[in-house]
Order: sequence, then structure tokens, then C-alpha cells
Amino acid sequence: MEFNNPAENNVFDRAKVIGQPLRRIDGPLKVSGTAPYAYERHDAVPGQAYGYPVGSAIAKGRITNIDTSAAEAAPGVLGIVTTLEHDPIENLWDYDPVRHFGGDEILHYHQAVAVVVAETFEQARAAANLLDITYERDESANFDLSKTPQASGDSDADPVQNVGDFESAFASAAVKLDQTYTTPAESHSMMEPHATIAAWDGDKVTLWTSNQMIEWGRQSIAKAFDIAPDNVRLDSPYLGGGFGAKLFVRSDAVMAGLAARKVGRPVKVTLPRPMVFNNTTHRGETIQHIRIGADENGKITAIGHHNATNALTAVGGENATLPIVAFYAGANRHIVNAPAKMHLPNSNAMRAPGETAGLMAFEIAMDEMAEKLGMDPVEFRIANDTQVDPGNPDVPFSDRHFVECLERGAETFGWSNRNTAPGATRDGAWMIGHGVAGAYRPAPVQKSGARVVLEPDGTLRVESDMTDIGTGSYTVMAQTAAEVMGLTIDDVSIDLGDSNYPVSAGSGGQWGAASATAGVYAACVALREQIAERLAVAEGDLTFEDGAVRHGDTSTPLSQIGKGEEIAAEDSIEFGDFRSKEALVSTFGAHFVEVAVHAHTGEIRIRRMLAVCDSGRILNPLTARSQVIGAMTMGVGGAIMEEMAVDHRHGFFVNHDLAGYEVPVHLDIPSQEVIFLETTDPYSTPLKAKGVGELGLCGVAAAIANGVYNATGVRVRDYPVTLDKIIGQLPAV
Amino acid sequence: MKREHNGGITRRDLMIVGAATAATYAFPKVAYGQANVEAPASGEALKALDASLKSEVSFTVNGTARDIAVDNRTTLLDALRETLQLTGTKKGCDHGQCGACTVSVNGRRINSCLTLAVMHQDDEITSIEGLGTPDDLHPMQAAFIEHDGYQCGYCTPGQICSAKATLEEIRAGIPSHVTADITGPIEASDDEIRERMSGNICRCGAYSNILAAIKDVKGQNA
Repeated sequence: MEFNNPAENNVFDRAKVIGQPLRRIDGPLKVSGTAPYAYERHDAVPGQAYGYPVGSAIAKGRITNIDTSAAEAAPGVLGIVTTLEHDPIENLWDYDPVRHFGGDEILHYHQAVAVVVAETFEQARAAANLLDITYERDESANFDLSKTPQASGDSDADPVQNVGDFESAFASAAVKLDQTYTTPAESHSMMEPHATIAAWDGDKVTLWTSNQMIEWGRQSIAKAFDIAPDNVRLDSPYLGGGFGAKLFVRSDAVMAGLAARKVGRPVKVTLPRPMVFNNTTHRGETIQHIRIGADENGKITAIGHHNATNALTAVGGENATLPIVAFYAGANRHIVNAPAKMHLPNSNAMRAPGETAGLMAFEIAMDEMAEKLGMDPVEFRIANDTQVDPGNPDVPFSDRHFVECLERGAETFGWSNRNTAPGATRDGAWMIGHGVAGAYRPAPVQKSGARVVLEPDGTLRVESDMTDIGTGSYTVMAQTAAEVMGLTIDDVSIDLGDSNYPVSAGSGGQWGAASATAGVYAACVALREQIAERLAVAEGDLTFEDGAVRHGDTSTPLSQIGKGEEIAAEDSIEFGDFRSKEALVSTFGAHFVEVAVHAHTGEIRIRRMLAVCDSGRILNPLTARSQVIGAMTMGVGGAIMEEMAVDHRHGFFVNHDLAGYEVPVHLDIPSQEVIFLETTDPYSTPLKAKGVGELGLCGVAAAIANGVYNATGVRVRDYPVTLDKIIGQLPAV
Repeated sequence: MKREHNGGITRRDLMIVGAATAATYAFPKVAYGQANVEAPASGEALKALDASLKSEVSFTVNGTARDIAVDNRTTLLDALRETLQLTGTKKGCDHGQCGACTVSVNGRRINSCLTLAVMHQDDEITSIEGLGTPDDLHPMQAAFIEHDGYQCGYCTPGQICSAKATLEEIRAGIPSHVTADITGPIEASDDEIRERMSGNICRCGAYSNILAAIKDVKGQNA
């Protein structure tokens, strides 16, 4: 099915099943511990051996020797694969140009250099400790972003947006802001570390793994092992989170495959938690130089944004300019993204890549501008809303309700009651502040397919290689099928994550739910056409309702259509370019927070949070809300605790475990409220839906930073906002 | 280029950057796994050592007596997940930092990755599989579904085991860091529950919903 025009009134507008807050259909498996995650597929294949990986102890240089003799002699050891026995396995996918294994060159700390296979986990781990590796360290590497030319704006990168005459407009602006903001590297830190069981059958390999993008992974593995894609099967029905860390195959999958081939047995490999941070990817650091100019009335006339970020390869870094090009009005704009090649592990996509760091900085800048102008920060944002692409005013936003997000949020939150003078509200020893920030994230889609099977008993089975990383794919895809076929969700069963099924959008970029449900719709329409053919009527004349198909006064139960046989249909949704040519399809939101800062210690606590989201049709308010509160929680982490600390001498992230890399825990998270505007966006998909899981993170950290400023009068421009950065400037006790 | 073994990080560096960072690589021949013994030079000696590192242990898991022979280095977590193939208990960090491996031992919750299987002779262990099944859910499991107290589901078994224990600990009058008055009955306030649950990380960020689920069960029991 091609989606070449905006959706009209259709089956989803009846919203009997879609849009309902139904409980997750995979819930009983998850709460009982019976949902199968990658490393625990004991039943998948017999004879699984354990592979334990070893990461490089240097950040740059080469390995001159690996003495495996002691490890080989260790009990239970079945084999050892070292990086020296393979050519580099790298550049497996366009957006992931890293080296996973192979060769003597070390490009970053904890690059995988060996995997030791043994009968048991303990034997493999002990033997891995016996490898004697000789390195030549290259002392020329740079690990400090602040020392790069890009950090001071000295780069030859072409502007991503250059409209009007920024320099003149900024110079002549009545009110100006010129500040630099920094965001640290962040870790996805999903709860399930990367893990893969690999088994070969001749030149065919199966990987039971934890991967967000099954087709990308299948192609990547084929390239890694130099076999045909058809000889690769990936199976990933449950993922213990991803947030971008599992968009691409990682070294666990490569090592499991290599090791299984070498020892002639299935091998399972999981990355030990302390290896995840430096072996895989992270959100890159940024240094952002922001200049905003406005007239006396608070209308922005000039936006300048220069983003420096660390990247090991040409593809990488946190492109903080992404939201800046389109979020606010402003006729004169000069926006540059400047990745600096550095020898830290490669940075790549983490939830709302680009928007997260960009809005962490820019939404503080907006707060500062509002203060300079003497305007309320909500009013300042409203004054600079735009209904068209500010870089190309001929292109409108398809459906943008940012102003309504701000207004609804301000009203619900009680924004008008806030104290406007920083540092002036107290609750005992706590200084109270309120902060607001805007949220913006595009609503991309990807081609997505599914197969649907009408069973002889009238129930429906859905198959797709789509993944559910906690986002609720199982549930919203089943809801979609139920809606189109006139069934209840209990009539629908669904299998996901297997590369034997039709290729889907996969999970990433907040395109998953919007695209995959549209793919299910396409497959269901194909099934409806088959049913119409069997009934010898036009598909458009049929009504699917209550488990039956109605035509005029005739109603036929779906269980009678196939006459004892199943009926299968398969199709994909393909999105036409009208979607990008005629309009900007994006999502919008506003975050409001109340923070408390301890007047004596500078301790920061979040007291309440509100998000208002404009994301088109909400497919399931229960699971969508969970995505948003989860994103708000991640935003709290980014605001006040998360930071991968770089050792600038040895070139690695020091705090590479869940004790050193702090993420929010229960006591950090207060009451959270989410409001979804009742919008639909016909330009987005047939369901008029857009993603929400990444939107929820955008702007959260800045709202908190602004709240801390409002509480204390201390402006922190370097994340995370921790007590050491404010305590010295707090009023005397 | 500087040539060095195993990264060449010095003891002084190590003290600066923290032991967890580099110990494995700096001293590979010193520590033989968790046994912390000198690694013998010969393969025969290693094999003898390996045999000596196995023990038999008997305990009860979810009401069923289990007798297993395990490597002394095997954690209770891996004994459950790998030896007994009870994979409901999750490994998120293997270092006692995330709580995904929370189980109950003799009525008290612990991180099963921080304790060795051989330390649990005659103990009674309850994992998520012992609380309920998809068709016969424990009230806490049902409440997690009702309130969407999860997303990816990986921390969920640990959260549920901790949630059950949290209410039991409050009822038993065991104080926490945030208990205002330790002389009387403890109120199961939001912060009391949050504090006690703070050893269980949920990166998907379902905390608000988990709290709602726990309060729901608390209400059912009241």
C-alpha cells in the first residue's frame, strides 16, 4: 500500500479498539518472568557454550601479541577467538561505521579483542582473565572535546541552515543572548545488556539476540560473516530496553557468531555491564554556542547555533542542531554542526538523538532570553511559534499545536501562581522553583510490512519482524488489526522480532509505532480484499464488525470465510514523498516542573512534573503515557545526574557501570502527569498517528535547569546540574 | 609508541581511576576468577583446581527441593538462570547495582548476583516464578499489569519481588532511611515505598506506575 495523500476519514476514526487504554497483551509474560530475552533462550538450541568477551585496555594503538596459552589450558575452555585472527569486521551498516572485531588496531577503549569460550560461564570468565595481551599505545590521541578546534567554533563544516543574514540581524537586535552550554556524554543503560546466542548450521546462522532493527541486523550479520542475507536469521521477540543502543548489531553478536563457528557449537555471549559503556555507543558530548537576537516585543530575529560534538568516525556525534532549525520562528539563522574526530568510543543515536542535547541547551537559552526581555517564558515561546518551516516558509507544519501545549500546560500546572523572582520562594529549608521548556521532535516513518492470517476459528494472527522494546508494539499492532478487521484485541495473536517475518520499520527514531501500525493496516486491507473477492463484492462495500463481515443485510462470521482453511495476506506501507515535500510532520510538547533545592546543601529534588504532548492520534493512552513518563524520568537523569566522565589521559568513560553512572531511581521521581492533546495528523500515516516516545524526553532537562534557576537564582549552563555547581552561589544561610 | 602489557596502567593510575575500571586487565594472572588464588602454571594443576572449585548444595526453590553441583564461583543468580534454567530472575549488571536479580531468601529480599549459590545450603528461595504464573498471577503481578508498571519488562521480576518485600518490611516495622518515626507502626507513604524500592532501577522509567501498583496492592491488603 502506498501512502501518497493525506489520510481521509477512515476505519480508525471509529476508534473502537485503537486509541483505547488497553493493558499490554504481553503483560502476563513479563510480570511472571516468562517472556524470553536473548541470553536465556535455553530451549532455542541444545549444547550452548559460554563466551566471555575481553575489551581493549588501551584507547588507541595496536595489539602486538595475544598469548592465549594459559587460557587455552584452563579448565573447560573450548576455544578462543582473538582479534588478531580476523580481518576487521566493521562498517556493517550505513549509520554504524564502527569496528566490532578484528585486526590489530585499537580505535577505542574496550574495543572487543577476544572471546573465550568454555563449558560454563565461570570457566570462560576465569580463562578470559588469563589472556596476556601486549599493546603499543598511541600517545597522540585526543579525548578532550574542549581542546578541539570545533569547540571554539573553528570548523570548516557547512551550515546545516543559513537563512537571511544572521550576523547583521544579531548585531542590530535590541535584545541579545550570547552563551555557551555543554552537555556530557550519556549512556543508554538499558536494563538488559547486549546479548546473543549464535548457532551455525552449515553456512546458515541463527542469532537469538536483542536488537531493535531486525532487517538492519540481518544485513549486517550477513556482511560480518560474508554469507548471503538469506542465510541469516535473527530472532528478538523481547528486548530489555534499547533506547538506540541496540539499533545496530554490536560486538556480542559478532563474537557469538565467530566463536560458534570456531568451536562448532552454539555460543552465547553477553557484554558484562562494565563493558557496555565503552564497547558500544553513547550519546555524544556537546559544546553549544548559542546566540539569539530579538526585537523589543520579544520576536526573535536571529538564531545562531554552533554545535561541537565528539565522533570517532564521520558518522557519529550528537547533532544538537536538529531541533534548532525548525522549532522557533526567526528570519535570520546560521546553524552549524561540527563533529570533532576523537578517540573515544563512537557516539551514536540515543533516544531523541540531537533533540535531546539541543533542547537541553536551547531551552535554557530561551529562558534566559525571556528574562532579558522581561517576558514570561511561556509567553516568549508562544510569541515565537511558527506554523511554517522557518528555513523554508513555503512549507507548513502538517499539524502543529505547540501553543496549545504551552497554554494547557500552564493552566493545568498553575503556572500563573509561580513566583517570578528567582530565589524568592521557600518551603522550610527548601528553595522552590518552577521551570518550563518546549519539546520538539520530527515524526519520521519507515516502510513497514506485516503478514496477517485469518484462522479458521475467526481469530487473527499477525506476524512482523517489528520489535517491542518496551514501547507496546505488541499491543498497538494488535489493536490496529482488531480495529480494521472488526475484532476484539482478544481475538488477535501476534508474533514479532523474527527475521522470517515481513520486514517492518523496526524500533527507532520514534517511528516504530506509527509505521508498524500502518504496516499492519496495509496487510489487513489486503486480507479484506481477499475476503471481498471470496464474497464477490467490492471491499469498500464491506463492514467489518463484531467478528463478522457485513454486506447489506448479510452478515458472515469471519470464521466461515475460509471454510476451514486459513487465509493469509501480506503487504507493506510505503510512504510517499508528499509527506516531506508538502509539509513538516513533527511532534510538539511542553514540560513544566517544580523543583526544590536545599538552601544549605544545594541538593536538588524534583517535586512534580507535567508533560503536554501533541503527537497526533494516541494509539493506546496507557502505553503512550508510560513512554512519556519514562522519557520524563530519563530527562531527570539528564538534568541532574547523568554524565559519562571522560578520563582525558587514558581515553575512556570512567564511571562505566550502574553504580558510577547514576540514573534516576524510585525516590528521585515524583508525581508525574501527562496530557495528550486530542489531535490527529492526516499527513503522518493512515492512522494519523505520530511517535511520542522520544518527544517525551525533549526539553525535560531544560525545564528542570530553568526550575533550579527559578528556585535559586543560580544559572547552570553545564549539565548535569549538580549541587557542586550551585552551592557556592547560594545565598548565605 | 609505548609498548606495554595489558594496558600498562600503573597501580597509581588504578587508584585514581577506580578498581572496577582496570583490575581485570592490569593483573590478569593474579586473580583466578573469584577464587582469588594464584593461577597455577600448568594445565593439569588448573584442572585439579577446577574440580576443587565445585560443590554440592541443596536448597528449596519456589517450594521444590533442589540438589545441584555448582562451581563455587557460581552466583545464586546464575544457579537459578543457568543451572536450573529459571530465567525469570534477570541479570542486569551482575554487580549488585540494579536490582533486576532480586529474589527472596528465607523471607528476605537479596540481590542474587551478590551471593554465591554454595552459601545457601538448606535455604528457602523464592523467585518470580514462585509468585505466580501467567494464568495464576500474584496480586502484585496483576497490579503491575493493571497500572502498566513496566515497559521492556526486564527489571520487572526484580521490581515485583522487591515490591512484595517492601510491603512486608513495612508491616514488620523495619525502618528505612526516610522513616520519620521509628517507634511506632510505619506508614506506607509514597516516599517510604519509593525509598525501599530505590535499589531496583527501571531505565524505562515506570516508577510512577510501579508506585501506583504497589499502593493498589497495599490497599487490597489493608
